[in-house]
Amino acid sequence: MSRILNLTLSIWRQPGPNSPGQFVTYPANGIPDDASFLEMLDIVNEGLIEAGEIPIEFPHDCREGICGTCGVMINGRAHGQEKGTATCQLHMRKFNDGDTIVIEPWRATAFPIVRDLVVDRSPLDKIVEAGGYVSAPTGTAPDANETPIPKEVADSAMDAAACIGCGACVAACPNSAGQLFTSAKLWHLNSLPQGQAERFRRTEAMVETMEDFFGSCTNHGECSEACPKEIEQDFIAYMNRDYMKSKVYNRKLAGQN
Amino acid sequence: MSLGTTIPDSKVPQGPMADKWDNHKFDIKLVNPANKKKFKILVVGSGLAGASAAATLGELGYNVEVFTFHDSPRRAHSIAAQGGINAAKNYRNDGDSVHRLFYDTVKGGDYRSREANVHRLAQVSVDIIDQMAAQGVPFAREYGGLLDNRSFGGAQVSRTFYARGQTGQQLLLGAYQQMMRQVHEGKVTLHTRMEMLDLVMKDGEAHGIVCRNVTTGEISSHSGHAVVLATGGYGNVFYLSTNAMASNVTAAWRAHRKGAYFANPCYTQIHPTCIPASDEFQSKLTLMSESLRNDGRIWVPRNPDDTRAAADVPESERYYYLEEKYPSFGNLVPRDVASRNAKTVVDQGLGVGPLKNGVYLDFADAIGADGKDTIEERYGNLFQMYDRITGEDPYSRPMRIYPATHYTMGGLWVDYNLMTSIPGVYAAGEANFSDHGANRLGASALMQGLADGYFVLPYTIGDYLAPKLGEDPLSLDDPAFIQAEADVQSQVHRFMSIKGTRSPEYFHRELGKLVWEHIGMARDQNGLEKAISEIRSLRDEFWSDLRVLGDADTLNSSIEKAGRVADFFELGELMARDALDREESCGGHFRVESQTEEGEALRDDENFAHVSAWEWHGADTAQTKHAEELTFDEVKLTQRSYK
Repeated sequence: MSRILNLTLSIWRQPGPNSPGQFVTYPANGIPDDASFLEMLDIVNEGLIEAGEIPIEFPHDCREGICGTCGVMINGRAHGQEKGTATCQLHMRKFNDGDTIVIEPWRATAFPIVRDLVVDRSPLDKIVEAGGYVSAPTGTAPDANETPIPKEVADSAMDAAACIGCGACVAACPNSAGQLFTSAKLWHLNSLPQGQAERFRRTEAMVETMEDFFGSCTNHGECSEACPKEIEQDFIAYMNRDYMKSKVYNRKLAGQN
Repeated sequence: MSLGTTIPDSKVPQGPMADKWDNHKFDIKLVNPANKKKFKILVVGSGLAGASAAATLGELGYNVEVFTFHDSPRRAHSIAAQGGINAAKNYRNDGDSVHRLFYDTVKGGDYRSREANVHRLAQVSVDIIDQMAAQGVPFAREYGGLLDNRSFGGAQVSRTFYARGQTGQQLLLGAYQQMMRQVHEGKVTLHTRMEMLDLVMKDGEAHGIVCRNVTTGEISSHSGHAVVLATGGYGNVFYLSTNAMASNVTAAWRAHRKGAYFANPCYTQIHPTCIPASDEFQSKLTLMSESLRNDGRIWVPRNPDDTRAAADVPESERYYYLEEKYPSFGNLVPRDVASRNAKTVVDQGLGVGPLKNGVYLDFADAIGADGKDTIEERYGNLFQMYDRITGEDPYSRPMRIYPATHYTMGGLWVDYNLMTSIPGVYAAGEANFSDHGANRLGASALMQGLADGYFVLPYTIGDYLAPKLGEDPLSLDDPAFIQAEADVQSQVHRFMSIKGTRSPEYFHRELGKLVWEHIGMARDQNGLEKAISEIRSLRDEFWSDLRVLGDADTLNSSIEKAGRVADFFELGELMARDALDREESCGGHFRVESQTEEGEALRDDENFAHVSAWEWHGADTAQTKHAEELTFDEVKLTQRSYK
C-alpha cells in the first residue's frame, strides 16, 4: 500500500528576472508516495491557489523524461538523487516522511531565472544554431541504404544523440560549463558518415558559440553524474580532439587520422 | 444540429490513383525562385510537421517565422513517440509496396480516410527515410550497416524504421536541427514562448496571427501571406492522456472559431498499454510500447472479489479474455479491440490493482519459456520504466495496464493541398484530420507529420501564394489586427477578473472525467446527450468560478492553462455532438448501438462514408455539419474480424 508523506519544502521564489528572490518554506502534507515529484508540486500549488497565494512556477511538460523541459535542483543535486532520472521521473517513494526538501532552479549565469524555478536555456539552442546540423536540404537525399553505417557507429551516435537538452549538466557543473551538451551533439553528428563534410567547421562554430555563454570544463565529471540520460564524459574528449584538428591550417587534411 | 452543404471540392486531382500526386504537382501554380523571398509564411508549432515545414520552406527561399509556446522548439511532443516510423521501402523484401502501405492505412482507418491523401502519404514515405538518414538520424542498423526494420502494430510486413525506443526524439531533433540551420541562414525567424491566441482575418482570408508572450504577457501581432498550423492533437481534452501537459487545441480551435471547419472530432485513439492512474492527483499517463503484447499475456481474476497476489491465482481462475474471445489473434488484436475489452472487464468489476482500474499483462510464461535474460533484452527499458513509475518489479509480478488516450485522428479539415476551409490557413501533422481515417496505425503518426511538412505543404502552398505576388502582408495597424489583439487582451482580463474559487487545473480534471466517461472507449446516445449538458454546465461554472491569481505581465501558467481549458470545453461539446451524429461504429469511435453479434465495431457505409466537417457559429449555437463524401475506388470496403 502506498504511504502518505508529510514534508517540508524550501523553495526558491523569485517574481521575475530582475527581482530579488528568496527561499520560502511550505508544508507539503498528505502526499501519496505514488505521486511523482512534479505531481507533489501540483498538489502544493492546488493548496496555494485555494489559499489565495500565487502558485509556484516550475518547468515541466512531457512528464516522461524525454522532452527535457523539467529540471530543478533537489537538495543541491540536479534532478535529485536518483541516477539517470529526470525530475519528472522521480517519485515520492524515494523520500521519507518528515523530510525537508530544498528546491532551487538550475544555477548558471547562462540560464537566467525567468520566474521561481523556471530558467531561460536558450543558449543551448544557440549552440545548435551555430552548426549542430547536417546541411542536407529537403529533396537532395540519396537512398538511405546507399551509405552503410556500422552498427557500432550508429549505436555510439545514438548514445550521444539521446541527450534531451535539459541543461542539468550545466547546472551540476561547478563552472557552469556546457561541454557535455555540446560534445554530445558533436559526437552524434561527427561520428556519422553524413556529418563528415562539415565536421570541423561544425566543431569550431559550436565550441566557440558555447564559450560565449558557458564556463570552462575542468573535468569534474559532475555533468555525467547528473545527466538523466547518463551521457558519457568521453564525448568531451572527442570534442576537444576535433576542436584541435579544426584549428589545423590545412583543413582539407584534418579528417585524416 | 443543422446540416450544411456538402463539401463540393476537396481538390483531389483527376487521373489514376498512382499518378494523382505527380499530376497535381505539375498542375498547381509555382512561385518563381526569385519571388519566394517576397512571401512571408507564419508556421505555428515546431514539432515534426512544423519544424520540417519551416526548414523546407526556408530552404526554398520563403521568409518563415516560427512560433512555439515552448522554451525551445525541441520540446514539442513529437519527441515522445517511441515505436518508429513506417515507410514502404521494402528493404526486407517481404512484399511491401506503396500500394500495400496505402491499402493497410485505408483499411486500418476503417475506411474513413480520403484515398488520394493516403496514397500520397505512402508515396512520399520512402523519401522521408532518405531525408532523415541524410540529416544524421541514428536509425537502428544491422551489422552490415544497412537500416534495420521491425514489424509493428500487427502489420504483416516489416516496414518500421526506428531509433531505439526514441524514434520520435531522433526524428524531431533531425527536423529541429535542419530548421536551426535556416535560423542560422536568416531564412527562419524563431519566436519561442509565444502562444498563438488568435487568427487574423480580412475579406475572408487569413492575414496573420496574434500571440501572447507567455513570459512577459506581451500581446503582439504578426502578419504574413499564409499561416501553417502544425499544433498537434487534442488528446488532452481527456485530462489524463499520454500527451504532454501543455499539449492543447487552442491554436486550431481559435482558427475554427474564425471559420476553419473541424473534422471528425470524435475520432480519438485509445492506446491499450498504458500504466493505470494511481490516484486523483495523477497528472498524465505513461504509454508503454505495445510490442509488450507480443510476449505478455493479458488476464484478470475470474472472481471480482479475488484479493490474492497475481501469482497465487490458479490458472483455472484466470480469465485470459482476449485469448478466449479471439483465438486466432489473441493478445495481438488491434488497439481499439484490446482497449474496449479491457474496459469491459474493468466495468464488470474484474479490474486489478488498488483502484481495480487495470488488467494484468503477465510475462511469467514468457520468462519461463525464453528466460529472464531474453525478456530483459527485449523489454528491459520498458520494465525499468514501469518499475520506476509504479515501484513494482514486472519480472516477479505482472504489470498492470489500462488504456489511455494517445492520439486524435480528427482535426482541422483540409483539402488535398492541406489548406483548411479558410484561404491561406494550412494544417499539418496531427492538427489536421486527413490521413488516418477513424483509426491510426502504429508508427504512422511520425510518417504523416514529416510527409506533410517536408514533401506536401512546401509544394502546395505555392498554389495559393503565386497569385498574391506583389501584395504586401497586411499592415499591423489594420483594424483587423487591432480588434484581434483587443479580443485576446480582453480574454486574459476576463480570466483574471472572475476571481472565483477553483483553479484551471480543477476544471480541466473535471472536464476530463466527463469526456472519458461519456466520449471515451464506448459511446451511446444517453451518455453523449448527458455529456453535452454536463459539459455545458461545467463550462458555465468555469466562467463564473475560475480563479487565476497573480499578474498578467509575467510568467503565469494559470493564464495559459485557463485559455486552453476554455477551448477544451467547446471542443469537448463538439466531440459529443459529432459522436452523437455518427450513428455507426468505426475505428476509434465505438457506438454501443452499432456492433456486430461478436461485439465488433459495425460500420454503416451507406449513411456514414463521409467526413463530418463542423462549422462554428458561436459558443451557444450548435455547429453546422458539412459532409465530404468519401469514395473508394482502389480499396474494397470490408468488415474487420479478428476471431
